[in-house]
Amino acid sequence: MEILVILVPLALMLGLAGLAGFLWSLRSGQYDDLDGAAWRAIADDEPPQEAPAKR
Amino acid sequence: MQFTRDFSHYVRAAGEGLQHIDLAVEGVHCAGCMAKIERGLSAIPDVTLARVNLTDRRVALEWKEGTLDPARFIDRLAELGYKAYPYETESAEATEVAESRFLLRCLGVAAFATMNVMMLSIPVWSGNVSDMLPEQRDFFHWLSALIALPAAAYAGQPFFRSAWRALSSKTTNMDVPISIGVCVALGMSVVETIHHAEHAYFDAAIMLLTFLLVGRFLDQNMRRRTRAVAGNLAALKAETAAKFVGPDEISQVPVAAIHPGDIVLLRPGERCAVDGTVIEGRSEIDQSPITGETLYVTAGRGTPVYAGSMNISGTLRVRVSAASEATLLAEITRLLDNALQARSRYMRLADRASRLYAPVVHATALITILSWVIAGASWHDAIVTGVAVLIITCPCALGLAIPTVQTVASGAMFKAGVLLNSGDAIERLAEADHIIFDKTGTLTLPDLDVINAADIPADIFELAGRLALSSHHPVAAAVTQAAGARSPVVGAVEEAGQGVRATVDGIEIRLGRPSFCGAEGLVGLTDDLDPEASIVAFSKGSAKFILSVRQGLRPDAQAVIAALKARNVGIEILSGDHEAAVRAAAHALGIPEWRAGVTPADKIARIEELEKRGAKVLMVGDGMNDAPSLAAAHVSMSPISAAHLSQATADHVFLGRPLAPVVAAIDSARKALHLMRQNLWLAILYNVLAVPVAISGVVTPLIAAAAMSGSSILVMVNSLRARGNSRESL
Repeated sequence: MEILVILVPLALMLGLAGLAGFLWSLRSGQYDDLDGAAWRAIADDEPPQEAPAKR
Repeated sequence: MQFTRDFSHYVRAAGEGLQHIDLAVEGVHCAGCMAKIERGLSAIPDVTLARVNLTDRRVALEWKEGTLDPARFIDRLAELGYKAYPYETESAEATEVAESRFLLRCLGVAAFATMNVMMLSIPVWSGNVSDMLPEQRDFFHWLSALIALPAAAYAGQPFFRSAWRALSSKTTNMDVPISIGVCVALGMSVVETIHHAEHAYFDAAIMLLTFLLVGRFLDQNMRRRTRAVAGNLAALKAETAAKFVGPDEISQVPVAAIHPGDIVLLRPGERCAVDGTVIEGRSEIDQSPITGETLYVTAGRGTPVYAGSMNISGTLRVRVSAASEATLLAEITRLLDNALQARSRYMRLADRASRLYAPVVHATALITILSWVIAGASWHDAIVTGVAVLIITCPCALGLAIPTVQTVASGAMFKAGVLLNSGDAIERLAEADHIIFDKTGTLTLPDLDVINAADIPADIFELAGRLALSSHHPVAAAVTQAAGARSPVVGAVEEAGQGVRATVDGIEIRLGRPSFCGAEGLVGLTDDLDPEASIVAFSKGSAKFILSVRQGLRPDAQAVIAALKARNVGIEILSGDHEAAVRAAAHALGIPEWRAGVTPADKIARIEELEKRGAKVLMVGDGMNDAPSLAAAHVSMSPISAAHLSQATADHVFLGRPLAPVVAAIDSARKALHLMRQNLWLAILYNVLAVPVAISGVVTPLIAAAAMSGSSILVMVNSLRARGNSRESL
């Protein structure tokens, strides 16, 4: 059962990584336009000169 | 005089030599539009960013400083077939967006903590019946505390703050029992963990916060979306004014860039966008959006003009006293303040529920503790049981019962063309049983229309419309629009105050005053025409026609009134307009109860009289003179064309030309209120079943968690029914 000492913190680290990812995506404005993002995923050839959103 | 369009007010510096502008765009609704706009705008040289936001229907643009004029983007979008206008974020919307993000962050933290605490709790629950060592259990409890305590401190902020505000103003709301429940559950769990006890409630406390945050976030998102749409509509009205930038030089600037003291030019057929005083010129003005009176007022030097009034005949110079956010007649402001104070006394269904709920729950917990002590249990066991009662009755389902229904119902209303200004408006609308309509701009359309178009040969009508294109007069504009004319007649000459004339195929055609067209004789003959309509004559050679132009009733007004009557709602008209006009409208719609020439104070008096008799009044109005009565009524609604102030005071705003959204909104609201009540009963039923179990002291954290999520999901699923076919035919 000593393996718990490694496995439990490991699980928590993974959870924290997920939380950090969520907060980062929120901060970088990825939830600002959910309708648009749904379509962008399947849109074909965007013009190459287009820069990503900066917010 | 020279005209330019100046949008510099909306341009922001984006750093690194770039400039930024946000445009509200009309008609963007699919991926195709998005790609078309982005490609069309990126193709302009020096544009570094063109990105469409499909949710808010806006475009963000960046370009190299000093290379482009923002007006060019608007022209380019017009070529692509989209109407666009610069958009400026109002402070109200910015607050909603910030609040929405904060709630989402809290929700993320709470959801993370719930998942991880659950991961630790499930081994404890299953270990308790098998072979878990007490040391392992303590280790898991301490880890749970490590996750749950900071997460609850962060994610609970929305509830703690609101509860604190309520308590410090000596009232109570739903957040008070929530905060007490969460704090007590966490506190007891820490104490139990220290004493190596078997049960800890970290999972229940943090799960409660997660469920409640879902409800809170949905509620917030609904408001944010309404603000965004309302903001776009305001921007797309594209209110500009012709401002004097030199003695003889004029710039067409957005209203937001006009300051008191500026001088603006008001041409015939223009709607005034500011409040001010006439300093030069004579004209007739249509004040109907402000007073409801459809007869024109003569304006000369010294006459005050208000935002929303239409200039009819002459050119005026106006000194601005206040820009778009109008300062009004002192009387209206005073009435409005009083009315708003009265409104704030309304208590929401949720608050009424929590006012009953909190004392009952807290008393139950206390009685449980005392009873167990009297029955011979130790203080420790009695308190643990009491806390279990608090946890299991924590208003999880109760907190979700109302926001989830509100969110779903407001989505349904949104589809029917109704925007909500306040969250509790749905409850109040559902209770309304008496409707007061304003006439001008509410039952009638805000723009003029040709009402006898059917009596005139189509080719003649079309020619009249083309000729009307050459005139600035608002009546001529109405003829143009009714005829759907696009190409002007070549060589048309406008004679000020008389009309327009031109020669087509050797025959002279004229449009204007009956005397201008030699058609005075016809005016007397057609006595079936409305007395308040503007009469315009059209002549082609010796053939003469009379056009009757006025504000027509909304296309479906009759059907809507009939539908409302079928729903057993009292209906009356209160209008500031003169008697003949109101009588005609009331007669056409079959409304027996109407009053004409009513002042704002009279309207409020009538509403108070009705409310004293126990009626719940829905006021539907658009004029500035309606603003106080909109605020005084139990619930209120405005068309999107309403004056700024009325729109801001109304609980609901409906879009488009038909009046049908009024019925649709009432139907969805009634259904929503029914579901809210049902949800509250479900929540109570759950408590009735769960509390005896908690009092008897057999509740384990497992039972608490299952009961809580079960009741929450039940309530959420029930709320979804508010979405269903609420759009029955009229």
